[in-house]
Amino acid sequence: MLSVWGAVLIFLIVGVIFGVGGMLAGYILAPRRKSAQKSIAYECGVDTIGPTWVQFRTSYFLYALLFVIFDVEIIYLYPWAIKFQSLGLFAFVEMIIFLAILVVGLWYAWKEGAFEWT
Amino acid sequence: MLPMFDGIDWLGVFFYILSAVIVVSALLVVFSKNIVHSVLWLVISFIAVAGIFITLNADFLALIQVMVYAGAICIMVVLGIMLIKRDDMNKTNMFNSQLYFGGAVALMVTFLTGFASYKINYSGNPPMVPENSVESIATLLLSKYVIPFEVVALLLTVTLVGAIYIAREVKADADS
Repeated sequence: MLSVWGAVLIFLIVGVIFGVGGMLAGYILAPRRKSAQKSIAYECGVDTIGPTWVQFRTSYFLYALLFVIFDVEIIYLYPWAIKFQSLGLFAFVEMIIFLAILVVGLWYAWKEGAFEWT
Repeated sequence: MLPMFDGIDWLGVFFYILSAVIVVSALLVVFSKNIVHSVLWLVISFIAVAGIFITLNADFLALIQVMVYAGAICIMVVLGIMLIKRDDMNKTNMFNSQLYFGGAVALMVTFLTGFASYKINYSGNPPMVPENSVESIATLLLSKYVIPFEVVALLLTVTLVGAIYIAREVKADADS
């Protein structure tokens, strides 16, 4: 009998086949006619000016930081959500407090203009 | 199950496949010429580590490994790369004069970890890992360990505030 992780493995294999298969089909079926024009960096069909490697603003990185913080929060939300039915009201209040503390951090980020593009 | 597959230690087979994937992708992280490719190999490495966790029945750890490491940490590394000014690896400090010192440190760490894992006594049967560890974690986290649980929220908030403070400060300096 197939275990739960066997099902996960099948999902993984099908997922890999789905991704790699598309690339492989393109590799086999697509005609290849190389030219100098095709190997330049593509940017909305307009020729690029200057180097394609540029330093981005730190505002992008702030989004990454926020994302990581709220992704770590999922570690705690996930077990709570699994046992939500049997844990009762007390656990619910605890989780609300947990989220409220984190929202303070979000509020600070908002106040500092982390979401603004000036 | 087909009779020809009887008697195969499937956990062992998966362990060796996953270990090979981890080692190869970890080496490719270091040796890739393009740092964006390095991050992609890092994702493969993290997901393979999650597979190792699954073979050890640690389902919750595997989930976190995929969501936090392969998801969030790699996103942060990608956005960190976006802040890098040097496009060519040859312009970085990769080829400096610390080769022998760094090699000695690496050898020492390898020797120490190898020695430590060799000295550990693996005999005896370890206790079985409980099924559905997530539910036990939830029950403990929200009953016995409530205070640490709320402290984690504070810690995350402090991290967030500190990181934003540093990032904003740098930006203000750059603009002036």
